This record gives sequence, C-alpha cells and structure tokens, in this order.
Amino acid sequence: MSSRPDEFAPLPSASGQNVPLEAGQERRDFLKLALGGGFIAWIAAVAYPVFSYLKPPKQAEVEVTSVKVGKIAEIGKDSGMIVRFGSKPVILIRTADGEFRAFSATCTHLDCTVQYKKDLGVIWCACHNGKYDLTGRNISGPPPRPLEEYRVIVQGDEVSVLKKT
Amino acid sequence: MSKVQFGWLVRSIHSWAANLFILAAVIHMFSVYFERSYRNPREITWLTGMLMLFLGLGFGFSGYLLPWNELAFFATKVGTDIAGVIPVVGKPLMIFLRGGEDVTGATLSRFFGFHVALFPGIFTFLLVIHLVLVQRQGMSEPLGLDAAHERKTMPFFPNFMLRDVLLWLIVLNVLAVLAVFFPWELGRKADPFASAPAGIRPEWYFLFMFQSLKYVPPRILFLDGEVLGIGLFGVAGLIWLLVPFWDRKSSRGLRGKEISYIGIGVVVYILVFTILGWFL
Repeated sequence: MSSRPDEFAPLPSASGQNVPLEAGQERRDFLKLALGGGFIAWIAAVAYPVFSYLKPPKQAEVEVTSVKVGKIAEIGKDSGMIVRFGSKPVILIRTADGEFRAFSATCTHLDCTVQYKKDLGVIWCACHNGKYDLTGRNISGPPPRPLEEYRVIVQGDEVSVLKKT
Repeated sequence: MSKVQFGWLVRSIHSWAANLFILAAVIHMFSVYFERSYRNPREITWLTGMLMLFLGLGFGFSGYLLPWNELAFFATKVGTDIAGVIPVVGKPLMIFLRGGEDVTGATLSRFFGFHVALFPGIFTFLLVIHLVLVQRQGMSEPLGLDAAHERKTMPFFPNFMLRDVLLWLIVLNVLAVLAVFFPWELGRKADPFASAPAGIRPEWYFLFMFQSLKYVPPRILFLDGEVLGIGLFGVAGLIWLLVPFWDRKSSRGLRGKEISYIGIGVVVYILVFTILGWFL
C-alpha cells in the first residue's frame, strides 16, 4: 500500500516558502491531537450531564424501625397481612394457635411480594411458586434464601412490628 | 384511556398489534433460521433482525408497565430484578432502570421514555440498516436451489404491490376483529403493598423463560439457581444471535443437519414450556 502522494508533501508557509516536511508533520499531528481531544472532551461534556441526569437521586429515606399494625381483635387467627414498613412490604402472620410472626414480604428469588397460603400453612410467592415455612425458611421452589425476620410486639391489645437489630 | 371515546379500541388495537408483531417477528426469525438465510453475506441482516426482535421484546416489557396494573407491577419488579442478577453491573443497572431502589412512579416515567423515545430511535436505526441490506442484497434463496434454474419474476408494480395490499387488508381485518371482539382488559390497579396474585404470569412470549425459572433449584453447586438460569438464557441467546458465525457449513453452500436439530430442539423447548406456563 502506498500512501497518498500529497499526504507528506511539504506545506506552503504563509510567506509562500515550503515548510520543511517534519515541521508540517508536527503541525498535522498537533492538529489531529487537538481536534481528536476536543471531540472526546465534547462527547464527555455532553454525556456526563446526560448520565448524571438519568442517575436516580439519592432520596433521604426516613428510617422506619417500628410500625403499629392494629388491634389483636382485628387480626384473625390463621391469617396473614401485608404491612407497610417504610417503603418495604412486611408480612405479618397470625398462626392457627394465635402466635404472631413477621417477615420481609419480598421474595428472595426475584422480588415479588409473598402471601400467606392458608390451605398449605406456608408463605407462598405466586410469581415462581416459591414456598417458605412459618419460620421464614425457604423450603421449596426457587428462592435461594430465607425471608428476613421482623419482631412482633404485643402491648396491651396493640400489635406492632419492629425491625430486628 | 377509559374515559376517552374509543379509548378502549385504541388501547386494544395497540396491545393486539404489539402481540401480533412479536408473533410475526418470531415466525420470521425461525423461518430465516431454518432456511439458513443468515448465511454469508447476510450476517448483518440477521444481526440487525435479531437485535430488533430483542428490542421488540423490550418494547413489550416496557409497554406493559404503562397501564400500572398488577401484572405490570410484578412483571417489572421481576424483570428489573433479573437485570440486577448480572454480576458487577447488575445492581447499578437495576437502579438505573427503576429510577431508584424500588419500582415506583419514577420507574413508570422512565419506562415511558424508553417505550416512546429511546427504543423507537434505536429501532428505526436498525430497521434502516436491515431494509437497505435486504434491498441491496436481494432475497436469500434456499440452499440447494439450482443456480441455473429459471426464476419466476413479476413486476413490483402493480402485481407484487397488489399482493402486498391484499395481505395488509387481511392482517388489518384480523387485528380489527381481535381488538373489537377480544378487547384487552386494563386489569387491576397495581398496589405496591399487595401480594402477587395467584395465577400471575407474563405475556406469552416470556412464558417459557418464566416457567423455566420456576423449576431452577435455589442452588446449583456454588451458584444461586436464578443466576445460573438467567445466565444460561443469556448464553443461549448469544449463541443463537451469533449463528451466522459458527455455522460455517451453510456459508459454503452445504445444508448441515445440526442446525435443523438445534432449531427443532429450541422450538420444542419453547412450545413445551410455554404450554406448561399457560396451564400450570
């Protein structure tokens, strides 16, 4: 492959005299670098604000440590309910013998919200048929980990759910 | 949409057209595959076509969050969580897609942006390349066709165009009949603090993957089952995408049987798992 004949030809100077070959090449290299660098800087100047704009801002979340759920009488035996714990769902279960248990309601498989399945006596995720026992342990289906446990406190007739420390 | 006159019709046409589009694209993809039309020199046509099919699935996925119903909410949770499974980049990608840690109103506006601006832009670019290549290279002819055989030709105008118009008429009528007699329901409004309802499942074109994920055990050797399952689908998709580059036989004009066997295997797998997903 031969280079184009004009590629390394001496450049005419402002005074009309030819600039030596090496000086012309240097000037060309400098221009290439300046233009290339300028272009990259321009791309970065455009891309940076775009990416920053699309990056979700960090929201200051009020950390919730406990939530009042309601009165004991309102929560039937052998039932489950979803409780709003800050921005996360928590499942509160009252077993057939009246005991309270609470777990994160977010399935450890792919993030669906679980439910209490009365007929089987398990916590069940409808999305991919994952099952947990009433201690939150994953017992069947694809969930890889147990559900995170929460504490339940009964004060008088008031039921509250607390984050385990 | 529920208050505007004929809103139900527009919504229904949109949903049905989207589903028929995926169906047509899938059929087209398999016919190209089994005919080995992806072979040299049409590799780029295949690649752009496959990317458009993936993008079509992306349209479907981003589109069904928009009604903000139960299916939308949980499908988006699961779908974006799947993105989160990818090592290293997964978590930031998930947060980027969701517009935060959880699926919220911010996710809705993001997905709307993808659905109506970003994806159509990329799709148009790919479509132009695809069509220019089809126009430049002409239709692929089946392997083994005698090069010297007499070709039947017809003028584009009016003969071919009239045939095309007839097909358009049939398809548009099928679409109208489906949209009017089987209108797409809006479903129940999403509630982020409700359990995923029993019987929840994604659109038919994601069913085989959905059903497969149900069967993957929690742990396989030292890996989380979900990571392995999703990883396998990713690798399988990549191998399928790159078929023009590893199927060297058809580029040399030979019709290798392996390609047919692999294709039949994939079709049977998709059909079986789709049926299982539908009925179980």
